[in-house]
Amino acid sequence: MAEQHAHATEHADHDHKPHGWRRWVYATNHKDIGTMYLVFACLMFFIGGAMAMVIRLELFKPGMQIVDPQLFNSMTTMHALMMIFGAVMPAWTGLANWMVPLQVGAPDMALPRLNNFSFWILPFAFFLLLSSLFVPGGAPAGGWTMYPPLVLQNGASFPMLIFSIHMMGVSSILGAINVVVTIMNLRAPGMSLLRMPLFVWTWLITAYLLIAVMPVLAGAVTMLLTDHFFGTTFFTAAGGGDPVMFQHIFWFFGHPEVYILILPAFGVVSEIIPTFSRKPLFGYEAMVYATASIAFLSFIVWAHHMFTVGMPLAAELFFMLSTMLIAIPTGVKVFNWTTTMYKGSLTFEPPMLFALAFLFLFTIGGFSGLMLAIVPADYQYQDTYFVVAHFHYVLVPGAIFGIMAGVYYWLPKWVGNMYDMTLAKWHFWLSTIFVNVLFFPQHFLGLAGMPRRIPDYAVQFTDWNMVSSIGGFGFGLSQLLFPYLIWKCVKSGQRVTSNKVWEGAHGLEWELPSPAPYHSWQEPPSDAVIARGAFH
Amino acid sequence: MMIRAKNAQLSNKLAAIVSSLGLSLACALPAHAESESGWSLLNMTQGVTDISREIYSLHMEIFWICVIIGVIVFGAMIYSIVTFRKSKGAVADVTLVHNTTVELIWTAVPVAILVFMAVPAAKTLIKIEDVTKTDLSIKVTGFQWGWQYDYLDSGVSFFSHLDRKSNTARELASGIDPNTVDHYLLNVDKPLVVPVGSKVRLLLTGADVIHSWWVPAFGVKKDAIPGFINEAWFKVDTDKPGLYRGQCAELCGRDHGFMPIVVDVRSREDFDAWVKAQAAEQKQAATPGAAPAQVAATASTTG
Repeated sequence: MAEQHAHATEHADHDHKPHGWRRWVYATNHKDIGTMYLVFACLMFFIGGAMAMVIRLELFKPGMQIVDPQLFNSMTTMHALMMIFGAVMPAWTGLANWMVPLQVGAPDMALPRLNNFSFWILPFAFFLLLSSLFVPGGAPAGGWTMYPPLVLQNGASFPMLIFSIHMMGVSSILGAINVVVTIMNLRAPGMSLLRMPLFVWTWLITAYLLIAVMPVLAGAVTMLLTDHFFGTTFFTAAGGGDPVMFQHIFWFFGHPEVYILILPAFGVVSEIIPTFSRKPLFGYEAMVYATASIAFLSFIVWAHHMFTVGMPLAAELFFMLSTMLIAIPTGVKVFNWTTTMYKGSLTFEPPMLFALAFLFLFTIGGFSGLMLAIVPADYQYQDTYFVVAHFHYVLVPGAIFGIMAGVYYWLPKWVGNMYDMTLAKWHFWLSTIFVNVLFFPQHFLGLAGMPRRIPDYAVQFTDWNMVSSIGGFGFGLSQLLFPYLIWKCVKSGQRVTSNKVWEGAHGLEWELPSPAPYHSWQEPPSDAVIARGAFH
Repeated sequence: MMIRAKNAQLSNKLAAIVSSLGLSLACALPAHAESESGWSLLNMTQGVTDISREIYSLHMEIFWICVIIGVIVFGAMIYSIVTFRKSKGAVADVTLVHNTTVELIWTAVPVAILVFMAVPAAKTLIKIEDVTKTDLSIKVTGFQWGWQYDYLDSGVSFFSHLDRKSNTARELASGIDPNTVDHYLLNVDKPLVVPVGSKVRLLLTGADVIHSWWVPAFGVKKDAIPGFINEAWFKVDTDKPGLYRGQCAELCGRDHGFMPIVVDVRSREDFDAWVKAQAAEQKQAATPGAAPAQVAATASTTG
């Protein structure tokens, strides 16, 4: 171990990284690329968040006050695209870039130049998408789900939407291939599959999901493109096509996609809860198998997004039952996390606080998900604010809190400085309170009959919309603390002296010095070091 | 005066925000009536059909199951968080990493609960999908942005749009307070009229993009898809004639938020009289010399 340190320190002195802009444009180092992904995701998070603020401002009270209905529809559409493809997915890829090599004992990602390429596609994809706000007819306004025939009514923004989706898809696929190859080929000797940290496991499964479904999305949007420009009629009934077929293809991508957004969060939480419970993860193998089961089930539940399109009874029953099955592996995960805390020795640093908020609030999203699986009840929930509340509960205190928990957990390892704990706790409490003020009332609005994606509403929905908007502004403002806190940590945080950072931390990343050297694990860790970090 | 009212409203709101924080149980409050204030709008309507009541009870049954599971799971989490704190001197039991019995139980019990939930849901679904033995068929065509209703048995046909008052008030910065508009955004120029106690079949389609016809009180939401015909039905309780309101539930473009649905449920006699009057009116309109009412109606939809 001492050898490793000495080696790493020595290496840090002459790691030959290019300086200035070349370091980033020509980047092949997994840490630099990881950082770029994370900074990019943060930027997109705030742009997408600003769009959400426009939405909540317009919905603060009934009547149209600030935006035209068309622009409102553009805001909901773009908010979703920015958050899903611009914020959450790149943030996870950034965390994978940083952590997978450190956690499996690899010197870098397996395909460094591909890594550079997959990142640098993204700024162009989002420049194209965002510039559609300024073309005649405005930004895409047909919903992020791009259902035809409506999406075909978009003006000049339509091909921009399609090509930006293509670019994001290419980027995701390349990133996923890199993760799979790294995990499969660059694990240190002795790091068997069932010794891998849960974050690596969940990302491996996520990467397979990405490789499986991003081409499906690419195919679907390409068919839209040819329908629009080249006279095909895949989705036009007048030419023998079927608009509902698009929905089937889209959700065949779309349901695995939602697990792409959440599975790495399961991984992060499975790292954090044991650390701050000072106890190994309960049921490690069950966690791996549960994740794999969820991934498998994600391929056979897609039509629960479209129960009202008029499917045969047998299909509705099938998709209801398959969807309900997801509750079983998800339940196993929640029970395992809870049991990990049972008879532990708990402390509540910011990563643990975010992981706990994840645990509670993701479970609430799980409950509403179960309710949505019940087809007859779904006829009342479908396309209402109940659905909006559901998926925001699993995506904001779910995926986003998972990302934040991960950043708070690993940031000291990345920069070698500790962040301001008090400020981070403020960030946590403000986020957790406001996220509930923001999204909980939306359950009521949906049940009381408010459809989603409407710019204005009947007056009886005023009260809860006001509450929701206040929560939205509070949540949005509190997020400004996050980049400030990271900036402050990098500039002037207190030095972290130990490798472990957190008392109960386990895993290879905690065997490296803090900050982790620019080139790490150039010599693989020994079997003893690996065994020390593994859960068993 | 408006400002004063606003202030009072705001303080009410703040009080309610505070009380709303622990509020997941409040979902269980009884379903609302239309006249109640916004704060009490917390739950799904029970509606006025057998199906809508069955849906409501399914919804409540699953809600309560979730509450019970939630109490147990959140209880275990809170217990662990409170009891096993390092600051209280808790020492971790690092041997507690696996227990096959417990893991089998918490896999099997949810399976049983799911079966318990799925059976009544499947029964209700089978009822909903039974579109036989209907008394009356109406073709519903969603278009950007309104609804067209064709009574297939009598030939009566008309368009239904957002009423003029709402339509003016909803313009950007119109200066009209929506609270002063009767049923703001939920009123139409001409409602769908149906007889009470009859099984009404809807044949839904779309003229341009996909729309979705939703009236919560009937428990009916079905997409109206161009080129395809969907079926749905409802049968309003004989003692519940009246006006029932809904909205388009599938994003359909710029004015998606402005295509409400109003169904006027009347007694059989009133309905028959209405059909007769409509048919006569339509016949008169169709005779040469009289302006083609339908064309005028179509033209006004582009607004």
